[in-house]
This record gives sequence, C-alpha cells and structure tokens, in this order.
Amino acid sequence: MSTGTTKLDVVVSDVVPVNDLVTRFHFRRRDGQLLPTFSGGAHVVVEMRDGERTRLNPYSLMGSPLDTREYTISVRRDDVGRGGSLFMHRNVRPGHEMVVSYPVNLFSLDLRARKHLMLAGGIGITPFMAQTAQLAAEGGNFELHYTCRTASLGTYADLLRERYDRRVRLYHDDLDERIELDRLLSSQPLGTHLYVCGPAGMINWVRERAATLGWPSETVHFEHFAAPQPGLPFDVTLAVTGKTIRVDEQQSVLEAIEAAGVDPPYLCRGGVCGQCETNVISYDGKFIHNDHWLSEEDHRSGCKIMPCVSRFEGRSLVLER
Amino acid sequence: MAAKSIISRPVYGTLSPQPGKHHLFVADAEGALAIGEMAERTPPGFFDGAEIVFIPGPDRKHVAALEALKPAQFHEAPSFASLLPRLRQTLANAHMGLRLYLSGTEGLIGQAMQAALEAGIDHTSIQTEHRGSLARRMQCVHCKGITENVTTQPATCAHCGLLLLVRDHYSRRIAAFQGVCINAEDRSEIPPMEEIFR
Repeated sequence: MSTGTTKLDVVVSDVVPVNDLVTRFHFRRRDGQLLPTFSGGAHVVVEMRDGERTRLNPYSLMGSPLDTREYTISVRRDDVGRGGSLFMHRNVRPGHEMVVSYPVNLFSLDLRARKHLMLAGGIGITPFMAQTAQLAAEGGNFELHYTCRTASLGTYADLLRERYDRRVRLYHDDLDERIELDRLLSSQPLGTHLYVCGPAGMINWVRERAATLGWPSETVHFEHFAAPQPGLPFDVTLAVTGKTIRVDEQQSVLEAIEAAGVDPPYLCRGGVCGQCETNVISYDGKFIHNDHWLSEEDHRSGCKIMPCVSRFEGRSLVLER
Repeated sequence: MAAKSIISRPVYGTLSPQPGKHHLFVADAEGALAIGEMAERTPPGFFDGAEIVFIPGPDRKHVAALEALKPAQFHEAPSFASLLPRLRQTLANAHMGLRLYLSGTEGLIGQAMQAALEAGIDHTSIQTEHRGSLARRMQCVHCKGITENVTTQPATCAHCGLLLLVRDHYSRRIAAFQGVCINAEDRSEIPPMEEIFR
C-alpha cells in the first residue's frame, strides 16, 4: 500500500522515442478528468503488469506542473536492469491502460531560495524539466548544469537550451567537458539552493564538495532513486503474518512481501522516503544496506531494514511484517 | 542560558567550527568568550578566512583577545546600528560557503540574524551562542515601537507608555519579543515590576 496516496487509472496517450535510450510516455486519466496537481520534482510509481509479475517503479514527472491534462515520464532503457524499463519500452503502447500512484514529491524546490542551482547527470534531467517549467512561469531565478555522455544522448538538451538559453549549460563526456564544480559552488550568491539528480557517484561528489566548501546541508537537495540491486536469493520470515517468503535474485524484499499478499506501506521504493522502514526481529547473517534513509547507527544495529532496496545474506532473517 | 519555553522562543547553541573557507563572526561584549573557546577547537588556518565584527563594552575588554586570533579582518563598532550598514554590505557581496557565527546578547544575535535572513541565509544554518545579559529587545504590539534592553517584567513601552507583559513570543522577522498590555481592562491595576531579564 502506498502511504497517503491513491491510485489513478490512466491510459497511455502517447509514446515518443526521444533518442537511442530514452522514450517518453504520456498518461491521461481514463475518465477524461484533470490529473491531480503536482510540484516540480514529484514522482509517480508506475504499476507494470507483466504476466504474473507486477513491477512498481518510480519515475519523475517531467511535464510542466501548470498542465495537469497529462503526466509525462521519460524512461531510460536499462538492458541489464531488472526489466521495468525494458517492459515500458517493449510492451507499452498508446491506448495501454495502466495504474499510477498519486504524485509524491521528495525533491521539491525550496521556494525561499534566492536562486536555484541545478546539476543534472544523464536521465537525472527529468525532475528538472518540471522544476524549470515551474520556476520559469514564476520568474524564478535558476541555472541548470547538465552533463550527458554525448550530444545525441543529451535527453532534452536542445529543448532546454531553446527554452532557457544561457540559463542552461551543457557538458559532454565524449568531448571531455567537465563542470568546474568548486568554482561554480564558490561563486553563488548567498541564498542559493543546490539541487542534484544523477548517478550516485555524481550525487556523492557534489554533496561532498558542497559540504567542504561550506554549503549548509539545508541548502543541498538531492534525489537518487536507487533501483533495487539484484543479489543472491534468500528467505525471509514475516513474523506478524506468519509467512515465509523467498526473495529472488532480481526481486526486492518489498516486492517479495507484496507478492506474498502482504501490503506494507511504501512511497518512493528507492530507499529515501522512509515509509517502508521495517523492524528486524532476529537475524543470522549480514545485511546489505542500500538505502539513504537509515542512519549508520541503524545500519550497524541490525534492528532495521529498508526492504525496498536493501538485501540480506545469511541463514535466517525474521521481519516484523 | 535562557530557559526553554514556547516554540517561538529562540534557543541558542554553542559555536562550533563549520567547514568552508569564509567565516563571519558578529559578537558583543562577553560573546567574545564564545569565539575564544571555539578557537581552541578550530583547525589550523581557520581564522585566515575569518572576519570578526565586535561591539565591545565601554572598557574595550576582550578586544585584544580577539585580535590575537589574527582574523583576516577585525572590525570594532560602538553599537549594532553603527555596524549594520557594513554587515549588510558584507552579506550582499558574500557567496555561498560563508558561515555565520553570532555570539553575545539576544538583541545582538537577533538583529544580526535578521540581517542574515534578509540576505537569504537560513536561520538553521547560523551558529549562535548566548553570552552575557538576558536583556530583551521588545516590540510593543500596540504602537509597534521597539524598546531595547528590557530587563523588567512588566516593562513600560518607551514609545506609548503602556505597561507591557514581555512575552516569550519572539519574532525573527523583527528580531524582538512581543510586549502586550498587562492591564488593558483596568489601567489603575499596576502589578509589581520585577527585574528578571538580567
């Protein structure tokens, strides 16, 4: 059960290939009504019914928050991932009926900021599509620095340049163009907030440099949807419901719990929101914590796990579910 | 140290060195002691990128101790009003990465924080430490006049003369505690005045 959200019955109104890796999907409500409002940085969880299997993947809404006739997401194909993006690319066509969650924003703009400095890497551009649209409509002050592998894989780079001109700066890996991060961070006026979305390495790098250069943590915002990492299969006992389940190689604990008919709370499914935090009753083995929610102390204690992204290796694991 | 009460009543911490290269200190009187104690825990070279703005008492006590820290800039001011234009200028020209440290009386901390908030700094990212007098800067909610250095409860508004209950209700926007007429029903009722904000 997604906490605090209800489901939306939608139909795929358009499918648009953007480049070799990325395809855009448009959703409208099946009843023809407007969709719920959202703010830049929000995501929805898309339910993918793939035969026996249901995948629930979060995607940032990339359309303008001013237009709620449709939701749009951009999905980067991951050929070695767990299959959600491949399902979207191969199976989803216009007219396809799907279910998405209400929008949830864990990466919202701090509108008290004097200036918004945005750093995007690759497909991490999607939340900024909505945020820049929102800010541009309000006359907000922003600057976007966007790193992509090549010009042809620079998803929406041309569109952003066209819309916002010099407020967008592009960096291409193949041309060896790199953000001069320290200089950029050291030359921002007081009251600037920093937003970063991209690969984990980029997020960690930016957060580390910002902290070192004296940026208060309240001004540094980041979003990293850690897709659940695959790993060795393992068994979990659910103490409350009295079930024992197997977590497959490509499955998350949360997905295995749901497949067993138990409906735990969740929101982001990416290890950041904290909703699915679960108490560990006993264990014999070691945890592979992949979340950004629990403290290091929680990780060491062995008392808690985030079943959306974290795994376990060992003889037995009993959870309070 | 101020007692804890309602949620709007500011609470102060202990100055601690923050990461970054640029550090701005604003302090009055015994606030210098908070800087001195923090200096014992700063990494080498910390004060090379620091500016200290200090309002000493009449005896100019602590000036030499602060100068001995060898900050990049040291500025002495006779009053908060006299340093405010300089503080605003510094903040207007500053970049992200500047860390702010405020120590001394509540009036000083509150007013410097007010200038910082206007410049776009989040109050949660400012280091504060209360030292010295508990005297309050009070706004009369009736005439809106500000009375500085209020030490009594109740207190007389320096502008309209009403007798005011000095509340813990604090405004960050105007950097003052709120004073509300204590005998609005019957002005002839005069509660005893005690000195409690020493």
